[in-house]
Amino acid sequence: MRRFALIAIPYFWLLALFLVPFAIVFKISLSDIALSIPPYLPQLELAKGWEGFTKFLGALDFENFEFLMMDDLYYKAYLSSLKIAAISTFLTLLIGYPIAYAMTRASEEWRPTLLMLVILPFWTSFLIRVYAWIGILGQEGFLNQTLMFLGLTSDPLIILNTPIAVYIGIVYTYLPFMVLPIYSALEKLDDRLLEAAEDLGCSRIKAFWLVTFPLSRGGIIAGCFLVFIPTLGEFVIPSLLGGSNTLMIGKVLWDEFFSNRDWPLASAVAVILLLILIIPIILFQRNEQKQRESEG
Amino acid sequence: MTEALRPVFAPWNDPDEKPLIQFKNVTKRFGDFTAIDDLTIDIFEREFFALLGPSGCGKTTLMRMLAGFATPTEGTILLSGQDIAPIPPNKRAVNMMFQSYALFPHLSVWENIAFGLKREGIKGDALNSRVDEMLRLTRLERFARRKPHQISGGQRQRVALARSLAKAPKLLLLDEPLGALDKKLRQDTQFELMDIQEKTGTTFVIVTHDQEEAMTVASRIAVMDEGRMIQVDTPARIYEAPNTVYVADFIGDVNIIEGRAIPSGEHVQIAWGEGVSDITGTTDKSFDNGEKVHFAIRPEKVSVSVEKPDDTPNAFQGKVLDIAYLGNLSTYHVEMPNGQIIKTQSANTRRLSRRAITWDDTVWISFTATAGVLLKG
Ligand SMILES: Nc1ncnc2c1ncn2[C@@H]1O[C@H](COP(=O)(O)OP(=O)(O)O)[C@@H](O)[C@H]1O
Ligand SMILES: [Mg+2]
Repeated sequence: MRRFALIAIPYFWLLALFLVPFAIVFKISLSDIALSIPPYLPQLELAKGWEGFTKFLGALDFENFEFLMMDDLYYKAYLSSLKIAAISTFLTLLIGYPIAYAMTRASEEWRPTLLMLVILPFWTSFLIRVYAWIGILGQEGFLNQTLMFLGLTSDPLIILNTPIAVYIGIVYTYLPFMVLPIYSALEKLDDRLLEAAEDLGCSRIKAFWLVTFPLSRGGIIAGCFLVFIPTLGEFVIPSLLGGSNTLMIGKVLWDEFFSNRDWPLASAVAVILLLILIIPIILFQRNEQKQRESEG
Repeated sequence: MTEALRPVFAPWNDPDEKPLIQFKNVTKRFGDFTAIDDLTIDIFEREFFALLGPSGCGKTTLMRMLAGFATPTEGTILLSGQDIAPIPPNKRAVNMMFQSYALFPHLSVWENIAFGLKREGIKGDALNSRVDEMLRLTRLERFARRKPHQISGGQRQRVALARSLAKAPKLLLLDEPLGALDKKLRQDTQFELMDIQEKTGTTFVIVTHDQEEAMTVASRIAVMDEGRMIQVDTPARIYEAPNTVYVADFIGDVNIIEGRAIPSGEHVQIAWGEGVSDITGTTDKSFDNGEKVHFAIRPEKVSVSVEKPDDTPNAFQGKVLDIAYLGNLSTYHVEMPNGQIIKTQSANTRRLSRRAITWDDTVWISFTATAGVLLKG
């Protein structure tokens, strides 16, 4: 009985926080837009009993999905999101790995402090931090003022409202998600392994590529997924920093919901986004499990 | 392979012989802790040099300095007459087997063994045959495809050994290489190591805390304590002529008797308590009258008999306290009138001989004047 209760808790959690909301969203995606509150039809009228239920089911259809297929705005937005997510994941890895590596090379007493510094940005609101980037990257922003003051450029660089600003924002925001898993993988690495590699004829650099890097692969994969998955549906960063030039599915979703008030279509967009995400999420879980097995 | 056929291997006695490794006043400190204390020693080519000592006495530190992972705080280490301080570990003709094995967890057993060979640019058939040879030697053929976490501790140790042997280095450092093996496999591997050494002429420095192992494989044994070498000598001399109580006690079983020296002609008499006559011993050290002395004698050099033996300078009567039958050997613990307990050991040469001596019997123990060693301090 206690075992059952223990297992039931996570399943209940999953049911309440994922499956039920997903079922609701999925239902809305099959509905039609309507001028009512809530703005879609049909509504399930339980008072009318079985007849009401069949009528309700009959009114559901895949029209919204068909519409998504027809208008190329949507698949372009999906592709563009995938591209932006992939590139920013790669950039985050490129910056995050050396940071994580340097942290494990730092002396024992410094490591907690460095770890704190990585987590520190989470202490302020995400929104404020993204707004701060507007102040930095804008035409009259800190960055341009500094560059012009130093005489490196005569005209201000146009960064804000371009994809570059989006990449900067994403890399900045998601860097800790990359650094932490890589750090934890590197920290477990026994220094003796590097000594053994050197002993057997490797230079320091070779030892890094043959031992350190492959042994941190689990952390790299975990970090990449932790950045890629949320970035794919990211909405705040592209809308604040990317302007109208950046097409991302999260922004499309927002517009459908709040500007067009087309809840059913927005829900359809969300359902497809989730289907796209399921593949990397499953791969991520598999990686975690494999990691645990090889340690166990 | 009797001694007569083979010239005695003792390069340390030959003043013309050039040592392979020379430690010259090497000191290694960690902070204000001295791990190696002013150590000077020569190790010669083709030697099988065993480091023996309690945990924490600096054996691993010594090895790490040879491999290049630690630099001496003071002093120099020469390899073939050349100071090795500026040579990085990957450029030294030295391989080390780590005490913790340090196997690469992401590589299979096969890949682990091939690792060093590949760095030398060995490929294809040459690589395969060398790795397979190492696998055969360490009896790991069946585990070649496994990862280190899929094999037992003893098997991992063999992988580590195979990996360090694969490159056939000039100098091989083995840090407790056989500790995790069971007795039979350990003995086989010991002989295997000696065989490899015969064939390849590799010089071995081996750390062990198994003194039997050191006695079996070593050309010389260095007994260490707290970062210093207490005695460096052949196994036979370490055993028969220890230079301190520490060494005598560390290697094998021994009776240590404390007493006062009374020099008398070519002998030294040792007064060792009330109710017992003096021990007669020989030594080349000179003792003052009444100087404190430790007399160390191995149990197998003491005989037990019911009757008082004739023609021996040392015969003492005592009471049997304990008897242990070990199959090939019997040991007796005999209590002397002064309370000292003397261990004796004798071979059971006859099967099921009638036990003449039993608990609480009064017996005579005896030994020759040269059977024990006199130690100062
Ligand atoms: N890197 C280090 N920093 C500080 N102390 C060390 C270090 N390495 C070894 N020591 C100390 O030096 C002493 C000798 O260690 P070690 O050579 O590993 O001993 P052994 O191998 O004989 O057991 C130990 O007391 C150990 O704590
Ligand atoms: Mg050690």
